[in-house]
Amino acid sequence: MVQSIHLAHTPANVTLYVAVYREVENAAFLKQQLLAGNAEFEYAFIDASMILSTKHALAAAFRAINDSINERLKSRNVHSEIVFCLSPNNNIGEAFRRYGVSETTKDLLVMKVATTPDVTFESVSAHLSTHVQGKEYPFDDSTFHETADVDRIRKAYKLSSLAPKSAPAKSAKVLNGVTNGEKVDLTKNLEVQILGLMAIRGAT
Amino acid sequence: MTSPTNTPPREKEHFLPYPFTETQPPPELITQGAEALLYRTHFLTPSTPAALKARPSKPYRHPTLDARLTKQRVLAEARVLVKLSALASDPANEVKVPAVLSLEWDASRKVKGLTGEQRGARGTPGGGAWLLMEWIDGKSVKDLLREWDLWLKEPGSTVPADEVEAQEEAVKKLLRRIGRAVGAMHSKGAVVHGDLTSSNIMLRPPTNTSVQNGSAAMTDNENAKTERKLAVPPNLDGEIVLIDFGLATQSVQDEDRAVDLYVLERAFGSTHPRQEAWFDAEVLQSQDGYRGSFKGSNIVLKRLEDVRMRGRKKSMIG
Repeated sequence: MVQSIHLAHTPANVTLYVAVYREVENAAFLKQQLLAGNAEFEYAFIDASMILSTKHALAAAFRAINDSINERLKSRNVHSEIVFCLSPNNNIGEAFRRYGVSETTKDLLVMKVATTPDVTFESVSAHLSTHVQGKEYPFDDSTFHETADVDRIRKAYKLSSLAPKSAPAKSAKVLNGVTNGEKVDLTKNLEVQILGLMAIRGAT
Repeated sequence: MTSPTNTPPREKEHFLPYPFTETQPPPELITQGAEALLYRTHFLTPSTPAALKARPSKPYRHPTLDARLTKQRVLAEARVLVKLSALASDPANEVKVPAVLSLEWDASRKVKGLTGEQRGARGTPGGGAWLLMEWIDGKSVKDLLREWDLWLKEPGSTVPADEVEAQEEAVKKLLRRIGRAVGAMHSKGAVVHGDLTSSNIMLRPPTNTSVQNGSAAMTDNENAKTERKLAVPPNLDGEIVLIDFGLATQSVQDEDRAVDLYVLERAFGSTHPRQEAWFDAEVLQSQDGYRGSFKGSNIVLKRLEDVRMRGRKKSMIG
């Protein structure tokens, strides 16, 4: 189920297409297309288990689009830049390994930035449905709530040690999700920290 | 938008960096300081309000120096905010700050194919910098205390003595919470704010009422200006959120911490004469205030006495 999104502050002609697939079977093929530089596969293929929320993914897309418009991409194109923008450090290869599609990826987030009118909702939907073998899921927070591997995400952003530091017993309990409210709050806080780390990446 | 050449130089449009020049609806200017302008806008979707702090480049500085200073300052602020937001993962956390959403430290780096107008209203080569932050609903402690003053001296209605006492206790409780928040920032955050004033301390209402209060906050400045009298005292519940870390530094020095308290003390005394007498006892000395907030607080408070004697600058250089 492809969705089209217009991100605030981006020019009116820029449209972002997003789609989430679970139980993907041909991740290796998709990765191969990226490595081969196949122009038909101009997508950001992201390991959805590394995505905490829609905001997390869209913030990376926003930075990538903005950097693309200002012609200061650090990687090959705007799509690889989205993957790179998820990273808290400047190592592009590491960013692809951590956040990009791998041979074993089962949950996949696809993002595509369209600036020309010949890329339409229909063309993106048709192309993705023929080439991605997986079950379509809506691009929303409840999907990411199921796919997100919070421990790996924490590790990737080096946020594992921060929570339990000052009150170990108390936080450990909360991490296990004592009440729903507290759990939501912690995810929110993790998201806040991740967005901050993504935003200050690249500045020395 | 008129091009800058049509208007006299003094009436140039306010600096607004690209891409926010494209934003619909356009960002709304909230306030302007010496270094930055604050706009209200949104992030990703129009339903997520955000604060945009835009730092224009200073045309009187050498471009290289200007780019460096602007970058250093916007980054210092962002790093402090990210550092303090990490504390919020602790359930016992008492210091809340706005989340960093997005950041640009040099809007003109490697810009090709853009007209001067798109780069910013000034069209200068130095593009300036911007920081997009979470929007904090609610009112500043300054506005709340001013409202409280108005409520107290409302003519025509005599407030019963026990009601006054209850409201005074509510203010004192707020002051103690401010002391704790500053203490937590100093100790757990290892951050010195640099510009603590009652207008840089916000009170965010509980989430269920945030919608009403958030919209009310927009018209609040007008209310204060027209000296509208209040029939009911302002609600002093809510989360304390510290804002404006533009002058903040990462420091654990007792001297820096003491100066931070001194700045707050002086600013508070001149802004809120009616509550000034409570400041020392509630914000600083109370066990529920700064003194009780971390282990080394008594050393800082001891140092504050020295700072009061001599003033903010220890070394008289510069």
